[in-house]
Amino acid sequence: MTPLLVTKGLTRRFGGLKAVDGVDFTLMPGEIRAVIGPNGAGKTTFVSMVCGRILPTSGMILFDGADITDMPPHRRVRLGIAYTFQITSVFPNLSVYDNVALPVQRTATVGQGVRASVMAALEKVGLAGRAAMQAGQLAYGHQRLLEVAMGLALKPRLLILDEPTQGLSDAEIENFVTLVRTVAEEATVLLIEHNMPLVMRLADRITVFDAGRVLAEGTPEQVRADAAVQAAYLGTGAGEAA
Amino acid sequence: MSGEDRHAKIYGLHLAVLAVLFGLSFVLPAYYHGLMARILVLAAFAMGYNILFGYAGLLSLGHAMFFAAGMYGAGLSIAHFGLGVPLAFLSGLACGALLSLVIGLLALRTSGVAFMIVTMMFAQVLALSLIYFAGWTGGDQGLVIPQPARILTLGGAAFDLTDPTVRYMAALALFAVALAVTLALVRSRHGRVLVAIRENEERTKMLGYDTFANKLAAVVVSGTVSAAAGAAFALLFGYVGANFAGVQYSILPLLWVLLGGAATTLGPLLGTLVMYVVTDTASSFTSAWLLIVGVVLILLVLFFPKGILGTLRARWLGWLP
Amino acid sequence: MAFGPHLLLAVLEGLVTAAVLSLTALGLSLVFGVMRIVNVAHGEFFMLGAVLAWAVANALGGHPAFGFLAALIIAPLVVGGVALVAERLVLSRLNYNPESTIVATIGLLYIIQQLALTFYGPEARPVAPPFVWRLSLPWFGYSSYKLSIIAAAALLLVATWLVLTRTKVGLVMRATQYDSETAQAFGIPVGRVYAGVFALGAMLAALAAVLIVPISQAHYLMGQDPLLLSFIVVIIGGLGSLRGTVVAAVLIGVSDGVVSMFFSPTLAKMIATLAVALVLVFRPQGLFGTAPR
Repeated sequence: MTPLLVTKGLTRRFGGLKAVDGVDFTLMPGEIRAVIGPNGAGKTTFVSMVCGRILPTSGMILFDGADITDMPPHRRVRLGIAYTFQITSVFPNLSVYDNVALPVQRTATVGQGVRASVMAALEKVGLAGRAAMQAGQLAYGHQRLLEVAMGLALKPRLLILDEPTQGLSDAEIENFVTLVRTVAEEATVLLIEHNMPLVMRLADRITVFDAGRVLAEGTPEQVRADAAVQAAYLGTGAGEAA
Repeated sequence: MSGEDRHAKIYGLHLAVLAVLFGLSFVLPAYYHGLMARILVLAAFAMGYNILFGYAGLLSLGHAMFFAAGMYGAGLSIAHFGLGVPLAFLSGLACGALLSLVIGLLALRTSGVAFMIVTMMFAQVLALSLIYFAGWTGGDQGLVIPQPARILTLGGAAFDLTDPTVRYMAALALFAVALAVTLALVRSRHGRVLVAIRENEERTKMLGYDTFANKLAAVVVSGTVSAAAGAAFALLFGYVGANFAGVQYSILPLLWVLLGGAATTLGPLLGTLVMYVVTDTASSFTSAWLLIVGVVLILLVLFFPKGILGTLRARWLGWLP
Repeated sequence: MAFGPHLLLAVLEGLVTAAVLSLTALGLSLVFGVMRIVNVAHGEFFMLGAVLAWAVANALGGHPAFGFLAALIIAPLVVGGVALVAERLVLSRLNYNPESTIVATIGLLYIIQQLALTFYGPEARPVAPPFVWRLSLPWFGYSSYKLSIIAAAALLLVATWLVLTRTKVGLVMRATQYDSETAQAFGIPVGRVYAGVFALGAMLAALAAVLIVPISQAHYLMGQDPLLLSFIVVIIGGLGSLRGTVVAAVLIGVSDGVVSMFFSPTLAKMIATLAVALVLVFRPQGLFGTAPR
């Protein structure tokens, strides 16, 4: 099976700082992959290069076998990569409905097609009841859900979620787990998260970043047991909630 | 309020405005008749500007060049090639469309303040070249388009554009078309994308939109509508002059739009109207009328920070497009 | 005159233009950089400085140097005061919203221009230079007053640079420019900084005008060109860069002087404007501004 996403030697420098340092990464279709690591490890920079927000200093990115390293972001979205922003980036002055209508209308047919698709996406994240509200007036956690709905509305092949559960209540996180599992039936999910119990439950495989490099990669059990990962990020023994 | 209600209110309001403007033609005294025709043409210019500034969020300081392109495109084609009114109008449109395409391709490589300066400078180049090639353009003094050349023949009927009523109706027709274009754009998918680009361009890119192409389209539509106003001005008022390419005709549409309410369909008309009424009234009883206009501007912006209609929309009339 | 000396003359004229332009542009750059607003009335502060210079010199009589020196002190102070009032009464109430300030400063432009027209009149009036002494160069004589303009501008620019980089006041201004929210969190009175910066910007423009008025006359419409030119200088030089502003002013001033001495002024302006616009298109951050990522 062709990997959906491959990066080779992906590097990004900011002045003297190497935020991402020669990362080789492979993602198979249908996976739920979690990317974890301490703050400043380069996780968001890495996925930003994948989706095209930032240009790499060096290295290569392949999506479904095609070289997308130089492709502008809007073309990557049309190929099937969707990104939800770490720092909430909805359109605060537009209604929740209009926010989701934007990704939908690009591909939908004129007329009824748009409304149905928008409401379907909002249903999935549980925001259908707030469709008429102004997005800027939503609670923070709900804005993050709106971000996810916008990503879903793109019908992506690769959905990149950047810290999506920040600000969500426990019940909402439960819904979110179900949602991701449903999405993963049709798409591949790349998830940046700090919520360790969530990661351990959801992820098929975990990639651990530290100081711009991949520190470890494997199943949740393998990663949890890895000594280097424990030293850098997880802590030893105590503190396991799952 | 339901979707249908909103639709009805919007169309009702716009038709009512057009109806009032139509009716004014029969009751206005002669002086105001001509003034109103002028206001309608300039309001169309302001609406063209509003498309780029209000909806797409791009502040151009060079829109005089599109107005002038239409004006000279129409005027010169009559003066040098003897074209009839319809063809002259179309050549004005074509000049404006072509110019806005070229300028858009260049200027959209910049944003924010650089975009402001670049558009201003391109406009200045055009203004200077109008003066430099005075043999063709009449230079500083401009050209007068004689009355016989301004008779529009449609089918069998001849409409003399110098006749006040005909002139008024033609201006109203131009205004109505520009208003329709604006309204259609605002309520279309493309309009939504423009607003999204204005609010958060990066996010819009990440939703799969080629924001450059969208912005370029906005520049071309905006420039063409402005050129239409310029061409109409030449045909209806019979004069083509380089001062219309000057920087004050780039600042004025900005002022009219801001005053009336940016990103509202009727704001540009209101802003143009208010400015002309205030200027006219002030100058009729003092020679220091510019002072009064300045004070009124400051007062208006203090009490209506989003423009008159913009503030009204924010406070009470949320359904205004 | 041979080509070489002709060129030298053009360069000298250009340097005089650049000197005045750099001061005016610096004023605009400070306001634009720190407050992030477009002050369309900046040219009118310039004009007001020139008009007040004439008024002071005219009222005082006596030796021209005396009137000129008095103007040099009084005019900028008065203009600074006007700017301060405008800022407190109007701009701060608008919360420095970029679009509202454009409309408000257009209103301010109209008010100042009309007041000048009403009280000063539509004529252009000269002011006598403080000293008239022709410097005899081998090829031509040159007004030493013009040279002193260059020197005075250079001094003022250095002084401003010192204030900005070496004093607490300058540090406060630069901090507010970088990040006004954080500055406020550190207890910097951002509102007062803005008022001060706006007044300072106006004063610099007025100073520049007082310097130039002995060799060009004071006229109520003389604010238009300096407004456009300083805007261009600020953007070309790169926002927030004093060095960029000065370099851009020198480039534009000197090339304008050289080109208009050898070519038709209209054609010269056309080519120069087109060149500058294309530079900006391909390098939007200007000469010294920070490049976008």
